[in-house]
Amino acid sequence: MAWWLPAQASTFAGSIDKGFLAILIITGITFVLVEVGLIVFVIRYRARPGRKAHYTHGSTPAEVIWTAIPAVTMVILGIASNGLWVKIKGRSSVPAGAYTIGVHAKQFEWWFTYPGPDGKLGRVKQSLIDKTSNPTGLDPDDPASKDDIVVRNQLHVPTGHPVVLYLSAEDVIHSFYVPQFRVRQDAVPGLEIRVWFEATVPGNYELGCSMLCGMGHYKMRAQVFAHTQADFDTWAADRAAKAKGEGTS
Amino acid sequence: MTTVAAASHTAHAHHDDRSFIKKYIFSTDHKIIGIQFLFLSLFFLLVGGFLAMQIRWQLGFPGKPMPGGSLLPETMAPGGVILPEYYIQLVTMHGTFMVFFAIMLLLVGVYANFLIPLKIGAHDMAFPRINMASFWSAFAAGGVMLASMYVPEGAARAGWTMYAPLSAREDLSGAALGQQLWSVSIILFGLSSVLGSLNYITTVINNRAPGMTWFRMPLSIWALFITAILGLLAVPVLAGAAIMLLFEQVLGTHFFDPAAGGQVLLWQHLFWFFGHPEVYILILPAMGIASDLIANGSRKPIFGYHSMVFAICGIAFLGWIVWGHHMFVSGMNPTLGSSFMVSTLLIAVPSAIKVFNWMGTMWRGNLRFHVPMLHGVGFVAMFTIGGLSGIFMAATPVDMFIHDTYFIVAHIHYVLFGGSLFAIFGAIVYWFPKMFGRMMNEGWGKVHFWLTMLFYNMTFFPMHNLGMAGHMRRLYDPNIYDFLKPLQPLNTFISISAFLLFGSQIIFFVNFWWSMFKGKKAPLNPWEDNGLEWTLPSPAPHGNWETPPTVYRGPYEFSVPGMSEDYLPQTKKLPTDREPAMTPAHGH
Amino acid sequence: MTQAMADAMRPPFPAERGLDVYNKKLGMWIFLASEVMFFGALIGSYVILRFGAAGDWAKPGVVLNIKITAFNTFLLICSSVSMVKAYAAIQDGYPDKLRFWLLMTILGGACFVGIQVFEYIHLVEHGFVPSGVREGSELAEMVAAGSLPAATMGLYGSTFFTMTGFHGFHVTCGVLSMLYLYVTKALPGKYTAQDFAGIEVVGLYWHFVDLVWIILFTIVYLV
Repeated sequence: MAWWLPAQASTFAGSIDKGFLAILIITGITFVLVEVGLIVFVIRYRARPGRKAHYTHGSTPAEVIWTAIPAVTMVILGIASNGLWVKIKGRSSVPAGAYTIGVHAKQFEWWFTYPGPDGKLGRVKQSLIDKTSNPTGLDPDDPASKDDIVVRNQLHVPTGHPVVLYLSAEDVIHSFYVPQFRVRQDAVPGLEIRVWFEATVPGNYELGCSMLCGMGHYKMRAQVFAHTQADFDTWAADRAAKAKGEGTS
Repeated sequence: MTTVAAASHTAHAHHDDRSFIKKYIFSTDHKIIGIQFLFLSLFFLLVGGFLAMQIRWQLGFPGKPMPGGSLLPETMAPGGVILPEYYIQLVTMHGTFMVFFAIMLLLVGVYANFLIPLKIGAHDMAFPRINMASFWSAFAAGGVMLASMYVPEGAARAGWTMYAPLSAREDLSGAALGQQLWSVSIILFGLSSVLGSLNYITTVINNRAPGMTWFRMPLSIWALFITAILGLLAVPVLAGAAIMLLFEQVLGTHFFDPAAGGQVLLWQHLFWFFGHPEVYILILPAMGIASDLIANGSRKPIFGYHSMVFAICGIAFLGWIVWGHHMFVSGMNPTLGSSFMVSTLLIAVPSAIKVFNWMGTMWRGNLRFHVPMLHGVGFVAMFTIGGLSGIFMAATPVDMFIHDTYFIVAHIHYVLFGGSLFAIFGAIVYWFPKMFGRMMNEGWGKVHFWLTMLFYNMTFFPMHNLGMAGHMRRLYDPNIYDFLKPLQPLNTFISISAFLLFGSQIIFFVNFWWSMFKGKKAPLNPWEDNGLEWTLPSPAPHGNWETPPTVYRGPYEFSVPGMSEDYLPQTKKLPTDREPAMTPAHGH
Repeated sequence: MTQAMADAMRPPFPAERGLDVYNKKLGMWIFLASEVMFFGALIGSYVILRFGAAGDWAKPGVVLNIKITAFNTFLLICSSVSMVKAYAAIQDGYPDKLRFWLLMTILGGACFVGIQVFEYIHLVEHGFVPSGVREGSELAEMVAAGSLPAATMGLYGSTFFTMTGFHGFHVTCGVLSMLYLYVTKALPGKYTAQDFAGIEVVGLYWHFVDLVWIILFTIVYLV
């Protein structure tokens, strides 16, 4: 359904949507109570000749009730939400063995660095960035960067295996956003920010920039390919072989 | 003011021999200043609306030439087709004009100025000349902001939130002088705001008439007083940030420049430390006004007056410790995400208390649906939706998904339009007789209200759905994304609704201007209200009262049992009333 | 302050007691609250930037002249003392002493600004500017030689000039306000022991500006 939440394609998408729906139910009930209440009052208590309003300044029991219920509800909501928040963004939230990918955002494209067969991302330095020859600033002095694969506007991830992204931004703030994974994280110049997720459904998705970054913000789009583990391994091996054959890293 | 000067001032309260310029242009009379703010802010409301129409044109009919678009320069809209660089100026300036120059000036500039002395029984503000300076600096600020749209490279374009480094680097944004003028304008606006707050706070504390104790003040005044404190303390932080941004651009400083050790997130913390109290500045006066309108329309005392006051104070206090909820995905420490979530969820509670108390006020009332009451009830109905949508954002994991989407845009517009602007329309109609001595047309007022209600919900409610589907903000052309293509019909529907909404406002503006000159002459107390302002002729004379009135009760004594009328003015002395215990009058 | 004096400065019409502080004075306290927030934003940003910076900060006294600024600080403190004396003078009913001490305060403040301007010119000549260190300047050579940390000089310049610049602007506004009151009210003898609100209010402002300077001097020059 175009006008509802997108398809769920990651492990925590379901939990986030559950949270959304829980809040929708709570706010929905409140909405109905208030709006129906207003309509009922507007009809029932409209001025008619001979009627008089009921003179009262309030009711302390009523105040207590409608303070306590919202307060308790909010506290419960907070506790319930915090667990999920810590699980997704907490300091020790990244699952062990997550596949690392470097994501470098710049006006107006995304550069992805895959670790290659050694499984490690090489060091990057802002000062080494060259638009044509070294768009992510990979440091050739770091042995881990020798087999790194740098790809423009294509994010490849396996399903069923956690992935951790190391976000960097070259110029202004950008934001990494894949709706179906329910992942959003700003990429900030001067900071290296981690964000992790685990894709569940193979398919082609889109990555959008979700922070106004200039006049090309609207077209800062990348393709996201979620492969089965087998297909992902094939793709990674293919790219590694190609890179080796071209003598580039 | 020395005693001698004061005595001669009050002695001349009825003999007003000021020149035209001193009376209407460089006036120190709070009522005239309030009206000046009204004309200024209504102008900027229109400007903001025009910018919104252009935004909606592009989103509803992407890439099509806009009617009237050929008037725009080729660098912004060749052949009338909006360019991306112009689009982001539109969203930036729409937000800027609406937040600062329309809503803030309408709620605070107009109603703090116009209502405070009248409703507390004072001759004028504590510092009338500073008050005049507050208006003219706002005027200058508005002029500078308007001018920023006409410089060669165009206006600022990093969103009204102006995040660095995009806002600081003209090589990355394309905006140079336009961006600098934005900062200059905000600094001037900040000065105006602080000068105003200074006046409102001092006047409410020190210049209340005898018997006007704190808990006999109308909620509109409580709200404006607390809002003034918020503004006093929050706006200087924005001014500081704007100065740092301006220096970043013109002096080459490095506050937000990570290459030189600066911190990008510093801007966000400074901006939102101001920005969150700011949004309460934008809603609290509207809440206060709504209370006055609803009590009057219901012919009943406000339900839970003391709770309402404490809720205003609670909102204002909590408003200082929630700013990080704008920054959940900014890269700040995730532990802060947890703490800001807690404080943000808590701030929903005082707002809920207020909604229930408004309903309690209407319960068993004798409801009169004059135009201001329609707007008061409309305010409650729409603000509730806006407030409830805020709960989704408060829950951090859910916010990860809806941040920077149209869900946020829906929330903003439900609280600012459905909330603040509805209250403002109600206030304009309600106090129009006090300002101009005439009534606005009731029939057309009702037509305007219902059309606005209809088209406003058609415009903004579907934005919740856009956001749920993942539609990001500030996108020139969503059709770049396959997942957003199916939403184009919804965008077009919203745009058409928006055009109809804007068109409906013509009714209001025509009613406003026509009634000012040709409206029915206003009776002394057209709404049968209890406030002090309704004991004065309309329009009220310079200096308001020759001697301050004496207040015997609170402002919401409607339908008191045993009275022949269903209202009981604050200044009417009953045989059972005692004179307030007062220090002797001095001077005179 | 006597009760008679307090009464004379209240609104000349019956009013609720409020805070028992007359309008002008209450207004100044409220204005100073906004100034606390303004300087708080600038100083807070300085603290965050300095202690969050990756590298070392320049050592005290290398770029800035502590001796001259210490004298300047002393001068400003003295001007606060002379302000107190001016206030006490008119409170006790001595308009001639008021004129003297107010003039001393104005001169003290003006000298402070003058010395600051002199310092700024000196710093810029040596290559210290809001963006940090100017290329090819004397300070640039010190950075190249390693006696100044390259990584943080940009922040040092940005924060120094912004904070002290706005403080200097506030001192200037204070000096001009006092000059205005001196010429229009103190000189023609319009202040009396029953009415000297302007002196008290400008005095409050002046003490605030002095307090901000003491904080700035400590955290910018000495630390």
